[in-house]
Amino acid sequence: MYITQHFWELLFQGIRLGSLYALIAIGYTMVYGVLQLINFAHSEVFMSGAFGGVFMLTALIGNKGKVPSGFAAFEYTALALLAGAAVGALIAFSLERVAYRPLRQRHAPKLVYLITAIGASIFLYNVAGKLFGRNNLQVPESFHSGKVFTFPGAGAPGPRTVKSLDLLIIGSALVMMIVLDIVINRTKLGAGIRAVAQDTETAQLMGVDVNKVISRTFLIGGLLGGLGGVLYGMFHSVTYTMGFAPGIKAFTAAVLGGIGNVRGAMLGGLLLGVVESFGQAQFHLEWVDVVSFVVLVAVLLFRPTGILGERTGRTA
Amino acid sequence: MTTSISELSAQVRRLRKHDAWYKNPLWGRLAVIECLALVLSIMTNETQGSPSDYTLLFKDSWFCVRGVQFLVAGAIVFVIAEVWRARGLSRIAAQATQPVRDLRRNKVLTNPWTKRGVLLAVTVIAVLLPLMGMFTLPYFQSVLAGQVGVYVLAALGLNVVVGWAGLLDLGYIAFFAIGAYTTAILSGKLPVGDDGNPELHPPIHLNLFFAFPIAVLLTMVAGLILGAPTLRLRGDYLAIVTLGFHEIVLNVAKNDPRGLTNGSLGATSISTFRFNLFGVHYDWRTNDAKPYWYLAIGIIIVVVFAFRRLEHSKVGRSWTAIREDEVAAAASGVPTVKYKLMAFAIGASTSGFAGVLATAKITAITPDNFPLTLSIFVLAYVIFGGMGSITGVIVGASLMTFLPAFLQGPPSWFNSGHPVVNVNDIPMWIGGVLLVMMIFRPQGLIPSKRRAQELSQAEHGVGDADAMTSPAEGVAQ
Repeated sequence: MYITQHFWELLFQGIRLGSLYALIAIGYTMVYGVLQLINFAHSEVFMSGAFGGVFMLTALIGNKGKVPSGFAAFEYTALALLAGAAVGALIAFSLERVAYRPLRQRHAPKLVYLITAIGASIFLYNVAGKLFGRNNLQVPESFHSGKVFTFPGAGAPGPRTVKSLDLLIIGSALVMMIVLDIVINRTKLGAGIRAVAQDTETAQLMGVDVNKVISRTFLIGGLLGGLGGVLYGMFHSVTYTMGFAPGIKAFTAAVLGGIGNVRGAMLGGLLLGVVESFGQAQFHLEWVDVVSFVVLVAVLLFRPTGILGERTGRTA
Repeated sequence: MTTSISELSAQVRRLRKHDAWYKNPLWGRLAVIECLALVLSIMTNETQGSPSDYTLLFKDSWFCVRGVQFLVAGAIVFVIAEVWRARGLSRIAAQATQPVRDLRRNKVLTNPWTKRGVLLAVTVIAVLLPLMGMFTLPYFQSVLAGQVGVYVLAALGLNVVVGWAGLLDLGYIAFFAIGAYTTAILSGKLPVGDDGNPELHPPIHLNLFFAFPIAVLLTMVAGLILGAPTLRLRGDYLAIVTLGFHEIVLNVAKNDPRGLTNGSLGATSISTFRFNLFGVHYDWRTNDAKPYWYLAIGIIIVVVFAFRRLEHSKVGRSWTAIREDEVAAAASGVPTVKYKLMAFAIGASTSGFAGVLATAKITAITPDNFPLTLSIFVLAYVIFGGMGSITGVIVGASLMTFLPAFLQGPPSWFNSGHPVVNVNDIPMWIGGVLLVMMIFRPQGLIPSKRRAQELSQAEHGVGDADAMTSPAEGVAQ
């Protein structure tokens, strides 16, 4: 059996992919928690974050083809991640201001939000395509991604090698998720987000500034999405349509974990990544999407509100 | 109660800040208009960005004469808008146009016979459209038949599911694809044998008119298959499962189960409609789009007639009840399971019609003809036109399918042979139109009376405008 022989590396690949999904899924799930809105434009937040990272690295390193090392490598990587997160947060914030706030003030039905989000998504990625060209951009390497260790097992060592980039992806995703969990559960802002998610009107009566909380929710989601975009771009490449497929997957992950539930999004993301990784090994690459959606339908059949149930407020 | 000096001064500072000049909403409006002007300056720029210099487009549309022009234009718009606002001109304008709006309640116009007359006139205009103006160009005739007609049909079907039953379906084009592949199989172009030549061993070879009932039946069954396991799910969960359904159908088509769909190559040179009855023979030829347009109009008329009857029947009322409050509907004795499945089946079967029609028109299909974005777009047509309103959906779908084709334009149409905007920018404009439209007119172009009422109630805090957020758990069991 291929799967049993390569269990650990498949699991590792799944976690690497899944932590990226989780980072994006958090943005979907938090916005859903406070607004009950599927923010389809979140995939564009992810895409713009990746562009932010690329341009930061291009400005810092240029196309010299020399890979920085030592402290410079660390610094450049951190700056690229920061730039991506900042751009993602900016886009998410302005999206809420421009597109969703007017609708909220008019109590528009949810479907209108959905179409607005879709319109914003189409608009944003095509503007990015117009601005930055429609080709794949290769992200300049900010550090040398060398071998860290190799999983034991048969076959070629290629897929069994764990590189430092893989560890960077998993590590930063993990750190962000832990920080977010603390923010949601321990801070005043987190309490506000949970309160708005549970009952917007009552939260307002209790003195929570709902508009501010929603803005900040979008900011946090944008930060994580932008960061995920840079990491994704380092691993693959950056182009204006890059948001769509991971966006759909991350949304699936959020639903899988129970949309509106932050821990559920993390769990759903990791689970979906692992399912895809094993599904790809067991079946074929082209059946991966089918496998993940079948798993989703199967989970929803037995738990119609996802694995961890609903709402940010209730679980914490 | 004593107040310390420091507290007082803090209050004063707070008050001052509240009155500060930059807090005036006037400047906020100016900033919004100027930002819009800058965005428009990029959008209308003919230059396309290049990956080697990502600041190119900013330099070319902001930091040059062009940027200044747009900023000045924005300022002029701002001044006009502020004068308009200060003088209360919108009220005067409303008074001036009041007679026009009163016309809507005019007895002659609300007369059912007038409505029927208008309907007839619109049909006649639609039939004569290929003889008028720019529609005499084969390009636009092809757009009418292959895009407008087909997607109006698809949107009408989706309207049943989304607009009437209130079930969010993001995978509607999957049914369309099933209809299209059924057509290809029935016309003998699929499945391809081992030698890749379907002509040598055609399993079935039917006149395409017979594809209609079979495709409709198959899509109906597919609708039931999708509907049955998802009955317990509410709005957003339903959305992702339907989206997954689309992805699964598309992947199955792409990955070629036993040569049935021929993978990513799809089917080519599918036969078109032909007619050989009572000695009358007629062929729908690929080089003339007009007959397809007439056929599309015919099907649309039949479907619209059927749906209008359905809307005001017991079934339509049950759908409305389910949409507005599923729990209450079930409690009042509406068999929600039956009617939800019916909505899925009827909605899906309409796209079976559209699938056959589209396949016969384009004569070649690949999985790439049915991307996920198309499903999302059809949903956008429905909401854009006005959910639940047949007129609205037809107008919305026609406009939204025609707009990109119009912007692209046939070669040497006008603008000295150039398209109206750069071909690559068309999706950007579509997205922009959708966004602006939804922000300023969330009810859609021509909302149905009931939906408009629900919306205005929701705006005043009475009830929810759709059943998307109410739990459906346990109801369907």
